[in-house]
Amino acid sequence: MSQQTIEQLKPQVKTAIVDLLYRLADDHLILGHRNSEWTGLGPILEADIAFSSMAQDKMGHALAFYRLLQQLGEPDPDTNAFLRSGDQYRCCSLVCLERGDWAQSVVRHFLFDEATRIRFEALEQSRYEPLAQVARKLRGELKYHTMHGQMNLDKLGDATEESHQRMQDALDRLFPHAMGVFEPTEWDETLAAEGIQPREAELCKTWRSQVADMCAESGLTMPDDVGPIYGGRAGKHPEDLKKLLDDMQKVYRLDPDSEW
Amino acid sequence: MPSDADQMIEQRTSDTDRVWTALENVKDPEIPLISVVELGVIPEVRIEDGRVTVRMCPTFAGCPALDVMREDIRKAILAEGFGAVQVDVVFDPPWSTDRITPEGRRKLKEFGLAPPAKCNGSVTGDMLDQVVCPYCDSDRTTLESIFGPTLCRAIHYCNSCRQSFEQFKPV
Ligand SMILES: [Zn+2]
Repeated sequence: MSQQTIEQLKPQVKTAIVDLLYRLADDHLILGHRNSEWTGLGPILEADIAFSSMAQDKMGHALAFYRLLQQLGEPDPDTNAFLRSGDQYRCCSLVCLERGDWAQSVVRHFLFDEATRIRFEALEQSRYEPLAQVARKLRGELKYHTMHGQMNLDKLGDATEESHQRMQDALDRLFPHAMGVFEPTEWDETLAAEGIQPREAELCKTWRSQVADMCAESGLTMPDDVGPIYGGRAGKHPEDLKKLLDDMQKVYRLDPDSEW
Repeated sequence: MPSDADQMIEQRTSDTDRVWTALENVKDPEIPLISVVELGVIPEVRIEDGRVTVRMCPTFAGCPALDVMREDIRKAILAEGFGAVQVDVVFDPPWSTDRITPEGRRKLKEFGLAPPAKCNGSVTGDMLDQVVCPYCDSDRTTLESIFGPTLCRAIHYCNSCRQSFEQFKPV
């Protein structure tokens, strides 16, 4: 099958791609904002710099996806980021949750970035060429995030009894939310049939088996008898997102026309 | 006497040369020694009826210097007397540090940044662990942090000259 350009998209396929792009863009924007909450507060300088850099990267990745949306006739990136209400967001609950302790942020970053790596690897083959190009471009940048995530999982997984316990607790707490990254939508079949992206269940399976191995190597146990927490892809979010959006959108909403 | 067609081709070539020369004077705002051409972010320049279109591949997607670079490129070409300039940000080809020219790599070192190892699109831990110090050329160095003061830099320590130094990260 050949690649698809914007002009050739059937309406139903276009709707499916738009929905996928909102999920990707919103996940990156919200996690970027959460990562930035460590700026100036990281437990050591190196950690502070890492989370601030990753925040900036995630915002850049979100922007790349919002630009693809704009090409498909959706609003411009600023309008999308700053003028939508919570129920219009399509992010998963994992990225919405509050910053929590250091273990929560490190484990979230590890789980999310491994999920993103597996998704991007698949998207590099997407028949929707603009999306495949973005995935190929972001691969190298994401590599630093997954390296950082794995390094910290290794370091904190069995450093001390307390660090191990905090990491395991965070893993137990966050795992159902992390499975929610792969919440299937009504567009799952269309996207798979058109060669845009594999089914969510398929991506989730790959992710689970790789994450289980990495956890084991770090002395942690991946929970395997819990169910996923869904809702984010349908616009149902934890309270945490409302507070984040109030904070993030406050300045922009004062005067949307001002120049920065 | 040259034909009209020959003259047109000649004119077009010299216009293209002028654009590339202008681009060689547009520097990376974060590393003012190195030009956007040496950085490898300009895969293509097109000129049609006096309208210049420049394709530019972003280095790091979240790099705040991108907008500055884009505006600097536009101004530099307008200053050459072209009527209209458009700078398109494109992801194809995907930018990689492998696109930095040999001259660009030399200038990175001169600036005090260790040049990135060639990575063919996939970075490995070795490329970050085995970095030669840009100050004293020693390979007795230690990786301190894969994230640095800007998105494109990692931090290392040289055990020979006992200084911290930064590396332009391979991507
Ligand atoms: Zn040295």
